[in-house]
Amino acid sequence: MIKSFRKNIKGIVIEGITLVSALLIIAIVIIMLTVIIIGGKDQLSWEFLTSFPTDGMTKGGIFPAIYGTALLVIIMSIAAVPFGTITAIYLTEYAKENSVIAKTIRFAVRTLAVIPSIIYGLFGLGFFIKFVGAHIDGAFFGGELKWGQPNLLWASLTMSLLTLPVVIVSVEEALKTVPQELRAASLALGATKWQTIRKVVIPGSISGIMTGTILAVSRGAGEVAPILFTGAAYYLATLPGLGDQFMVLGYHIYVLTTQSANVDQTLPIQFGTTCVLLLLTFILNMSAVILRYRIRKKKTN
Amino acid sequence: MIVDKINTEDMFLYYSSKMALNNISIKIPEKKVTAFIGPSGCGKSTFLRSLNRMNDLIDGVKIEGKVIIDNINIYDKNIDVVTLRKKVGMVFQKSNPFAKSIYENVAYGPKINGIKDKSQLDEIVEMALKNAAIWDEVKDRLGDSALGLSGGQQQRLCIARTLAVNPEIVLMDEPASALDPLSTAKIEELIVQLKENYTIVIVTHNMQQAARISDNTAFFYLGELIEYDRTKKIFTNPDKKQTEDYITGRFG
Ligand SMILES: Nc1ncnc2c1ncn2[C@@H]1O[C@H](COP(=O)(O)OP(=O)(O)O)[C@@H](O)[C@H]1O
Ligand SMILES: [Mg+2]
Repeated sequence: MIKSFRKNIKGIVIEGITLVSALLIIAIVIIMLTVIIIGGKDQLSWEFLTSFPTDGMTKGGIFPAIYGTALLVIIMSIAAVPFGTITAIYLTEYAKENSVIAKTIRFAVRTLAVIPSIIYGLFGLGFFIKFVGAHIDGAFFGGELKWGQPNLLWASLTMSLLTLPVVIVSVEEALKTVPQELRAASLALGATKWQTIRKVVIPGSISGIMTGTILAVSRGAGEVAPILFTGAAYYLATLPGLGDQFMVLGYHIYVLTTQSANVDQTLPIQFGTTCVLLLLTFILNMSAVILRYRIRKKKTN
Repeated sequence: MIVDKINTEDMFLYYSSKMALNNISIKIPEKKVTAFIGPSGCGKSTFLRSLNRMNDLIDGVKIEGKVIIDNINIYDKNIDVVTLRKKVGMVFQKSNPFAKSIYENVAYGPKINGIKDKSQLDEIVEMALKNAAIWDEVKDRLGDSALGLSGGQQQRLCIARTLAVNPEIVLMDEPASALDPLSTAKIEELIVQLKENYTIVIVTHNMQQAARISDNTAFFYLGELIEYDRTKKIFTNPDKKQTEDYITGRFG
């Protein structure tokens, strides 16, 4: 009797602790969002989104940072999505499940996924800038410094390496949702393997491939470390091209909060920029979730 | 004169090291319906798949012996599997239409063969759907998704899709096993019609079905071809005791 009473208490306490930790998570999210939204909501305006910073970045908008972020994720996707998709196609459609090569590729992908993002930044600096860029300059520009320095292209390619595992894994998952019987049906009609992939497998998994792309983009949009050494700029008065450094939302927040001449004065802009970045990643993730939900629904039908 | 369309000689098939087909020699006549019967796991599907080399897709399959179709051993090194499969079509046990429109399902094979002309495609699609006895049911909704059709319609659509490639042989692996009696009857009727133009090889575990629609019947047991003869003979007066036991329902 007494024992069971104790047991009962113990049960209640354990349940209580787990509940409190779970609630704590909700609280953290709510507090974070409230603070950011309250702090930033007055800042958000068409003006803020479309104009350049002014007065030593204590006033004005964040247009170049939005522009830079957009270009970064677009170029990154152009590099990472086809490369990742092709790799995923190799893994699911061509490689034998337990072959050494498939296992090695999967191991490499998992390893890429856990490498800290700052390491990617260092790798980008060493490989793209000091090696590839410097050799391009040596070969085509008589050693004049052109491509051997941080710029949008190298930063985007560095970022594409970081997002590659995300693309590969989600495209692989998407390809696997296409039933084996459909591949068999196509092959039995005299289609080649490539025709089957192109006309049955990829169309059947296109929304999954898009989900992977969006997830990769949203990961890339928020990361700062990989572009620190490879292209992110403190401030630019003009919009960047491929060979220029560029402003980007995540780094802009860092700059405003730590490097500004007057940090307190930039507070509203900090909040505003954070809001924009958060909104951007939120929208991207939401669309990925919606797409995924629609695929699941289609599959269960 | 009866022409042998398919002729296997001393054929063995192994899944890794496990033997699944043991010394199969059979002559399958042109423009007839040949049925494979036998208890499940005896190798009917395996044998059927080896007639259009769909077993190539399974890791670790090893084949010995010859499968001769129109005087050519389809396991010769220089055989193009893609061409072979256009000539030897296959209908699967579970209907497997693509997640495309009814029209696109049937046009899939011709398009892969490079036919682009819209009116030519229309003609092929209509012919195939008519030959598969489903035209009247779908002619007003060719643009609708094939996945909206009933199970029996989907299977006839898959038959139409196979016919659209203009094969000479159609392999069918229990094509009606998942269907209701009415759809089954339609498919059976269709198969009998099809033998006018095609060589049909059908796996079935339904012995009445084999008796109703086939000209010849092969009885498989544990990977071996036990007996092969006119369907009438197999079902009325089989030579082998095992065959008799199976068709009288004593095992299987
Ligand atoms: N993909 C496969 N891998 C390994 N063994 C298989 C495979 N497919 C079939 N088998 C084996 O081969 C034998 C014949 O199978 P199957 O041809 O499917 O028989 P049936 O169609 O007559 O039921 C069975 O013992 C089965 O377990
Ligand atoms: Mg079978």
